[in-house]
Order: sequence, then C-alpha cells, then structure tokens
Amino acid sequence: MDKTVSDLATAVAGIEDGMTLMIGGFGGSGAPIELVHALIDRFRATGSPEGLIVINNNAGNGRIGIAAMIDAGMVAKMVCSFPRSADPRAFTEKYRVGQIGLELVPQGTLAERIRAGGAGIPAFYTPTSFGTDLAEGKPVAEFDGRMYVQERWLKSDAALIKAELADTMGNLTYRKAARNFSPLMAAAARLTVVQASKIVRPGGIDPEQIVTPGIFVNRIVEVADAQQEETLMRAGVAYG
Amino acid sequence: MTEKLTNAQIAWRAAQDIADGAYVNLGIGFPEMVAKFQPPGRQAVFHTENGVLNFGESPPEGEEDWDLINAGKKAITLKPGAAFFHHADSFAMVRGGHLDVAILGAYEVAENGDLANWSTGPKGVPAVGGAMDLVHGAKRVAVITDHVTKDGRPKLVKRCGLPLTGVGCVTRVYTSLAVVDIESQRFVLREKLPKLSLDVLQAVTGAELLVDGTIGDLIVPEV
Repeated sequence: MDKTVSDLATAVAGIEDGMTLMIGGFGGSGAPIELVHALIDRFRATGSPEGLIVINNNAGNGRIGIAAMIDAGMVAKMVCSFPRSADPRAFTEKYRVGQIGLELVPQGTLAERIRAGGAGIPAFYTPTSFGTDLAEGKPVAEFDGRMYVQERWLKSDAALIKAELADTMGNLTYRKAARNFSPLMAAAARLTVVQASKIVRPGGIDPEQIVTPGIFVNRIVEVADAQQEETLMRAGVAYG
Repeated sequence: MTEKLTNAQIAWRAAQDIADGAYVNLGIGFPEMVAKFQPPGRQAVFHTENGVLNFGESPPEGEEDWDLINAGKKAITLKPGAAFFHHADSFAMVRGGHLDVAILGAYEVAENGDLANWSTGPKGVPAVGGAMDLVHGAKRVAVITDHVTKDGRPKLVKRCGLPLTGVGCVTRVYTSLAVVDIESQRFVLREKLPKLSLDVLQAVTGAELLVDGTIGDLIVPEV
C-alpha cells in the first residue's frame, strides 16, 4: 500500500465542478496553500473546477489560497464561521453583489458537524445558538431541563489537508496548532488529499504520535518547505 | 460621567476573581488583557478555541511562528505543560463544562442574562466565530465592558435589542463603573466606584439594579 503521488496536479485530480470541498486550516495555520494553488492552476488551464462549495473556518485572506480561489470565480458558496480576516476583500466584494453564497455556522458547531460527518452520525443536539438567529428553522428539543438545537452532519466530496509528517500509508502528524480542523475533515471527505512536509516509510512515525490514522487518507504528496499563508499575506503576495 | 475605569483596570478587576488552577477562555480583543493581571501566586491555564491549552504571551516581533496562533490569529508562545488538540476536542472543552470561566466582551447584556456580542445588525458580512459556543458550558460566563456605549447609552439593559449570542448565559458583568451579578434574571449590584452615587449609576443602567447586602467599593490600582 502506497498512497503517495508524484505531483500536486495528480493529487488534486478528480475534484470537479459543483463538488463540496473541505479545506483544512484556521487562518494561515494549517492552510494547504500548495494544494489550493494546484486547483487554481487547473481552473486557469481548463475552466474547471468551478461552482465549488468550500468548507473552512474562514473565507480567505489577501489574494492567495482560498481568497485566490474566490477571486478566480471557482467558489459558489462558503460554509464557515468567520468570513472576515485582515484582508477579506475577495469574499466581501463577491458577497456584497450576490456572487457568492454564505452558510454561517458557529465555530464549534462547524467542527462537530464535520466530526459527525466522518463518524456516521447524521444529526446531533447542541446548546450552541439556541434562541439566536442562527438557530432559525432548526428543530429544538429539551434534554434534562435545557434547550438544544439539532444540527446535521457535514460531509464532502474531497478534503485538502496540510500535514507535517506522513508515512506512505497515510498516517499523519501535524505541526503545532496547525491540526485544527484537519483530522475531522480527513474523516468526513470521500477523497482526502494531503500535502506533507515529509513522507517517510511505514514505521517511520511512532504509532503513539499519529494524529490522523491512514484509513482516513487517500493521497499524499510531499511538499517540502511548504509556504505559510500568513507570511505570504504579509508580504503582499497575490497568486495568479 | 467624570470618572471611570480604563479597559486595563476593568481587566485587572476581572482577573482578581480567577482562582489558582482555573481553566480560562478569554474572548478576542479587550478580554485578552485579563491574562496580564493574574494575581501573584496564582496560575490560570488559558484555552484558545483553535486548539491550544496553556499558551503564553506574544513572541517578539520577527520571531512569530504562524502555525502557533490564537483564536484572534495572533502569534503566541507556549508555556511548559501546553497541549495541542483538534477543533472537536477544543469545543468539547468549551461546551462540555470543562472551562471554569469564559470572559467575553459585549454590545449589550440583559438582566435575564442574555448576551449580544456578535452582530450589530444586518449590515455588512456576518461573522460569529466561537462566540455562540463559548457562552455555553463554562462554569462562569463573565462579561467585561464599558458601562455605556460610546454615545452614552446603557449597555446593561432590560432586554437586548441586537441579535443574541446566547440566552440566559451571563453570570457576572465587570464594567467601567461597577461589578454586577445576574441572579434570578435580575441585576444585583456588588461593587461600584466609591465616589459614584447609586442614583447616578442607576441613571446610566438600562434596568433596575438590586442591592442585596452591602455594596463593595470598586477600587482598582493604576495599571
């Protein structure tokens, strides 16, 4: 079993028009910039994929990563908790003129919906958002004297994930706080694509250190010296 | 209003109520200041929603590691005993009742404990982040805020007019003028600035302040 692929274009093959795509990262921490840019490269060359529903905590920053996908016109809708950033122009401009949709989800609910998607739990109850505008239209129920809101699972056609170490079987570790949503998304996607700073042979990662087991991973591509979204943003880099 | 506490002084007062060993989440922005004022001899463990326990101050400029950030996306450092975890675990800590206190900012707090702190209305791009999660689960949900808005209207009100973050969730409010508990859906005045009369304080408060026993003097050092 060897899940490695040789290049970024092969890694993102099969992500097509109208798909739902989870992208790991919280702000720039854990953002799989190279995989996202490989998808933008294909869009520029072929006009596809477009009409994507993208699930991420945020909605892009500056002119790179998810923001560059939005700028390019690839994204029909964002599912996120916080579509603001230091430089939110890409999303804001399209949102104001109705060219991009938004499903706003509280951050913990977003995480748990993705976790539920990966765990085969179609719905769950949470106290979060009860009595607020974000609970409108959702079923509510009382448990032990307290009110809860029913939320449904989130699954996706594909997930793009940034890992630190991977072995060829897809077992992953993450760097510092960069894991954030990625272990949840890896489980919730039908096709999980990982860029790792280094790929090692099976046994090259201590099994006790593995955060995401390889069963949740389909493809791995090595990206040594991966770029950091925040650093690019601060340098004023625009992609494409 | 001639005299009031600065934001740093409000944060200092809130910090005095954090027990040694407490697990604490501080909201983005003004509440982050509370971490600076931990009383000597007490150590709290700070939680940030994106997946870190026991983080410390910002690193010096130029030494940031952008994989190591807080919920406000600012660079942070780690203290000995820090831990990383994914988002579902992070919000299990939040909703599951594992945090001792969450300290948040507010646009409005109502006497029934309702909090509005995420949206000022339908204009602009809506964004909620973890605000609606944080108001549920912590053993104490405290608010730190100026007592009135920039144009002088009460922030402590009978019922919130802005979109709610949570229903009946706030237990204590630290303001620039007073410390107020919320008990049985009423504001109960615990402390006020010593020179401030109860009448003047009531006049800038949008719901009745009950007095239950003595009112303490809100005395805060210059910080």
